[in-house]
Amino acid sequence: MRLIVPIKQVPETSNVKMDPETGTMVRSGVEAIVNPLDLYAIEAALRLREAHGGQVVALSMGPPAADKALREAMAMGCDEAVLLSDRRFAGSDTWATAYALAQAIRKLGPFDLIICGERATDGDTGQVGPGIASFLGLPAITYVSKIGELADGGVRVERLVEGGRERLWAALPAVLTVVKEIAYPRLPTLRGKQRARQAQVPVWGPPEIEAREDWLGLKGSPTRVVKIEKPQVARQGEIIRIKEAEDVDRAVDAVMARLREWRILS
Amino acid sequence: MTDWVDVWTLAEQHEGKLHSVSFELLARGRALAEAKGCRLCAVVLGAEVSQAQAEELIARGADRVYVVEHPALAHFAVEPFAGALRHLVETYHPEVVIAAATTTGRTLMPYLSVQVHAGLTADCTGLEIDPKTGNLLQTRPAIGGNIMATIVTPDARPQMATVRPRSMRPAPRQEGRTGEVVRVSVPEALLASRVRLESFERDEGEIPLADADVVVSGGRGMGRAEGFRLLGELAEALGGSVGASRAAVDRGWQPYPHQVGLSGKTVSPRLYLACGISGSIQHLAGMQTSEHIIAINADPDAQIFQVADVGIVGDLFQVLPALLERIREAKGTP
Repeated sequence: MRLIVPIKQVPETSNVKMDPETGTMVRSGVEAIVNPLDLYAIEAALRLREAHGGQVVALSMGPPAADKALREAMAMGCDEAVLLSDRRFAGSDTWATAYALAQAIRKLGPFDLIICGERATDGDTGQVGPGIASFLGLPAITYVSKIGELADGGVRVERLVEGGRERLWAALPAVLTVVKEIAYPRLPTLRGKQRARQAQVPVWGPPEIEAREDWLGLKGSPTRVVKIEKPQVARQGEIIRIKEAEDVDRAVDAVMARLREWRILS
Repeated sequence: MTDWVDVWTLAEQHEGKLHSVSFELLARGRALAEAKGCRLCAVVLGAEVSQAQAEELIARGADRVYVVEHPALAHFAVEPFAGALRHLVETYHPEVVIAAATTTGRTLMPYLSVQVHAGLTADCTGLEIDPKTGNLLQTRPAIGGNIMATIVTPDARPQMATVRPRSMRPAPRQEGRTGEVVRVSVPEALLASRVRLESFERDEGEIPLADADVVVSGGRGMGRAEGFRLLGELAEALGGSVGASRAAVDRGWQPYPHQVGLSGKTVSPRLYLACGISGSIQHLAGMQTSEHIIAINADPDAQIFQVADVGIVGDLFQVLPALLERIREAKGTP
């Protein structure tokens, strides 16, 4: 199987600091990592390769420094990597990003599956995976929690939806986005890291992917961010501090009173 | 030059029953249509869509309901759903199309936005019409909920957005509202699918987290997986479901479907009981629309207390067993 995994380099947001003055993120000293949800896509692809043979290609669009994210993917076991990096890609929204990645995928040649993470932890949209499928005219199956057997020129998958799980069959090639349940991502091996350090990671720009320039970057993006602000958190309630044993009773009394007031308990 | 008119909402239905999220969208859409002085139209796609369903959407605010009925639309698959919606968009030219940020909306809308070359904003918590330009102002959390971004689509049409479920109350029924139902047939070629549904396994035994009236959630402060047994008992006593923060899920104490927060589910129960959860912005984004919030945490500075109606600073393993006992007493169960 030939598997393509589009990944994104994102700021490490779990300990993100916000500038209270400007409401923007403090970027200095923030580490750039592979989008944590993309690691699950990489893992799913590696497992398919282990089961069926083939090749896994990691693909990313970003600044030159995103080369590091691709080398991490290679250290986990991806066979090849390609970086889309050019000033003309800058400012892309999800529409323009999906376009550029889809063009690059066309350039990469025939494949069986494109496997994406559910979403990136910075933009949090989850729109690029289905967008790539749409540009390539392929079916997209999102929220995939299990990839099963290959059958009748397609693949069986399980999809997590509201209230249950769908079991689906999809013709290949197809685009999947996967959730955390798919498989726990492996750590890079020492050998993998050495190989990744020495690997060639080609950098492609608009000419290499034969892209329409008016569909790239800010110019090619239908949406514009017009305002950024810090979210307001507001609801000041009653605070009960437990210092001694009788404080526990006081706290439980208070909760019980509220449960009745709110008609949670009759 | 095409004229783009009207605000559209995508109704969701399953086996003949409209999801309440369809009515939440109508509540949003109604406000936008009033601001624009245009019609509010609802779109329903399905294998069978009854007149009663269409009338329900009218009673809850739609002026017009577009219905596409076809066996290929019995279950969600992105190709036929996008095909049908694309046909409607290209025939009637809506200025605004909003859908719920459900697994369906979050798949269908990006697929469609590429096909019709429209701008799309994911997971909005606020939608307004800019009084100056008439454009749709789309507000959403980004960067792990640390910022709120407002996004516009200045030129491309339609302006598309998905809206976080349960971020708005469903539009109520208004008896006597009138509207028209337009049934549209879509060319077969647009309804082909390369994906087949083979079976569906419903989550058994527990109330789906997103639908629960009471959510009892645990975080890092639960200490270990066994702590969740207590939360399970509390949830059962209160007729609710168990949720978890990402920290607890990442440690394997609860499976991923129980995760509440930006990278998990958004819940808006009548009561959210947060146990040992510090309240990262990501977590708050998934639960702060809850009607009532009670938090128990050992750290007095935990951010969860900023959104709580009642905050208890202390050892949750002292408080929760006592609380469970009192709730059971109150309900007359041993």
